[in-house]
Amino acid sequence: MTQATANCPNCGAKITFRWSGSVQTVCEYCKSVLIRTDVDLQKVGQVADLPTDSSPIQIGTEGVYEKRAFVATGRIVYEYDQGSWNEWHLVMNDGTSGWLSDAQLDYAVTFAAQGQQLPRECRVGQEYTWNSLTYTVSTITKAHYRGVEGELPFQYWDKADVVFVDLMSHSEKFATIDYSEDPPLLFLGESVDFDDLKLKNLRSFEGWS
Amino acid sequence: MSTSGPTPAGPPQVKSLSCPNCGASLTVRSFGNAITVVCDSCHSVLDARDPKLKVLQQFHASTSEDPPLIPLGTRGAIRGVVYEVIGFQRRTIQVEGISYSWHEYVLFNPAKGFRYLTEYDGHWNDVSILRSLPDVSSGGAWLTYLGETYKHFQTADAATSYVLGEFPWQVRVGETVSVSDYVSPPRVISSEGSGKEVTWSLGEYLGGRDIWKAFKLEGEPPAPIGVYENQPSPLSANVKGIWALTGVFLIVLLTLAVGAYWMEGDEQIFEQTFEFNTSAKGEASFVTDIFQLKGRTSDVVLATSADVDNNWIYLNYALINEDTGHAYDFGREVSYYHGRDSDGAWTEGSTTNTVTVPSVPPGNYYLRVEPESDPNKGIIRYTVTVKRDVPQASFFGLALLALLIPAGLITWRSLNFEHLRWAESDYGSSSTSGGDE
Repeated sequence: MTQATANCPNCGAKITFRWSGSVQTVCEYCKSVLIRTDVDLQKVGQVADLPTDSSPIQIGTEGVYEKRAFVATGRIVYEYDQGSWNEWHLVMNDGTSGWLSDAQLDYAVTFAAQGQQLPRECRVGQEYTWNSLTYTVSTITKAHYRGVEGELPFQYWDKADVVFVDLMSHSEKFATIDYSEDPPLLFLGESVDFDDLKLKNLRSFEGWS
Repeated sequence: MSTSGPTPAGPPQVKSLSCPNCGASLTVRSFGNAITVVCDSCHSVLDARDPKLKVLQQFHASTSEDPPLIPLGTRGAIRGVVYEVIGFQRRTIQVEGISYSWHEYVLFNPAKGFRYLTEYDGHWNDVSILRSLPDVSSGGAWLTYLGETYKHFQTADAATSYVLGEFPWQVRVGETVSVSDYVSPPRVISSEGSGKEVTWSLGEYLGGRDIWKAFKLEGEPPAPIGVYENQPSPLSANVKGIWALTGVFLIVLLTLAVGAYWMEGDEQIFEQTFEFNTSAKGEASFVTDIFQLKGRTSDVVLATSADVDNNWIYLNYALINEDTGHAYDFGREVSYYHGRDSDGAWTEGSTTNTVTVPSVPPGNYYLRVEPESDPNKGIIRYTVTVKRDVPQASFFGLALLALLIPAGLITWRSLNFEHLRWAESDYGSSSTSGGDE
């Protein structure tokens, strides 16, 4: 498979795209946030180095979800008063995008859901039904964008505080409303077991085999 | 690695740091996941995400006050996954003015995440966070999760009263949260918090020995005291088992009883056929030979069959105990009529008759028989049979009783165990406060 390549307009380093649908990437050398146009890459900003984190997942980690293979191509890191979490951008083998969140090693896979009516505001305990499944608001988190890395399906950088509403169901199905956009975005998915994702190319941890 | 990028930072390493308050060395074992870390020298609660480890709180406790039974840093395999003990806290509830404390251990695996162990009076639970919501009944008396019903056990405010090590959340000594437990031994589902955020977790009972084995600890685990809320009853499996077994034996016993009834029937003591000449004059009564009734006091069944055909015979019987002279007097008529009328053939009566004389003690007996009938009807032949009711019913009754004793006993002990379990709950009989539930 030939991968699209380009040069960083800021430092000239070679940029390789893993996914043809990538809209944004971050230069691994100079941390410039680069937006892909039809012609070239435009530098739109710069990100600080990501804090040292301890997700076992990294760019290039491969896995399987519901019989579809995926590879992690990028991530968004969020921080809130109780810690931080990663939203890993997954490119599925059918070319679509998914997200694998790693919130202090609790994992969930979600996909953007279109065309659902979303509340402007929610309270914990409120119930909503999407795709004939009832979800209950379990947590409302005010987070701030901490950084981005790798390839993403949209432009996403330098965001201020964002509100996330997490909803649980009576099954492992799980929903998140992302209020960083207007109108807000809905992601539907489920909590997953680390082992069920059959992840490969994980980071290693000193002292742990 | 397919990308030609800068080499990523090496594998995450366990950090050794110094307490900003007292300078003692600290270890952060869960890499970037720690939110707070506690200095065990000066009991400062530190912000693990701050490179300078800002002091968030300091509490007073002597290190020896509450040493963890599993030392921090110990690794052990829980359900096949290796975890390291990284944090320890004591939580305390007040019930009717009495403090009850349990301990929680934070376990960490860099890929699988966090898991918890709780310990109360030698009773352990392996706890993990639920990823789906249980269905709580409207009154809160029970909940269902994965098709299983959990009964509400207790709701109390739990205060963190001692902390050690690191935590993937903001921990503070003195912080109080409402905790509710719902039990379905060996499992317990707990909710923590209320209003804004509720966390649900599932615990599964473990014995101290399992923990000692998993973490390769030395010595013996502390012996469990009392019955814990989700401790599986050592008898509940037995109760089911013994009732199943009892059921099987019951069927066998019943089959035997029915079989015995049909195959053996009663024990026949005496049978003799007599003739009654209705034309003969004079005293018709006579006595039979002596026969012995063995065993215990039981029923005697006397059957009379006669070749009556459109006539009758009446027999005055006396069953007489030869030793005591005690007589059981009774009369029996055998009559049989048949014919044909406008409605067709008809019959009335029967050629046989049976009578049961209850509670006849054992001994030597004879019958005195006095037949009567219409005169001049020729000779009526009749057969008298005496059967001793074989005491099979009571034998089977005894067997039944013997069979039910162990099952009943185990059931009783099991109920007693459940009583001890629930005595510690919000619904316990020991509670005399008049009930705020």
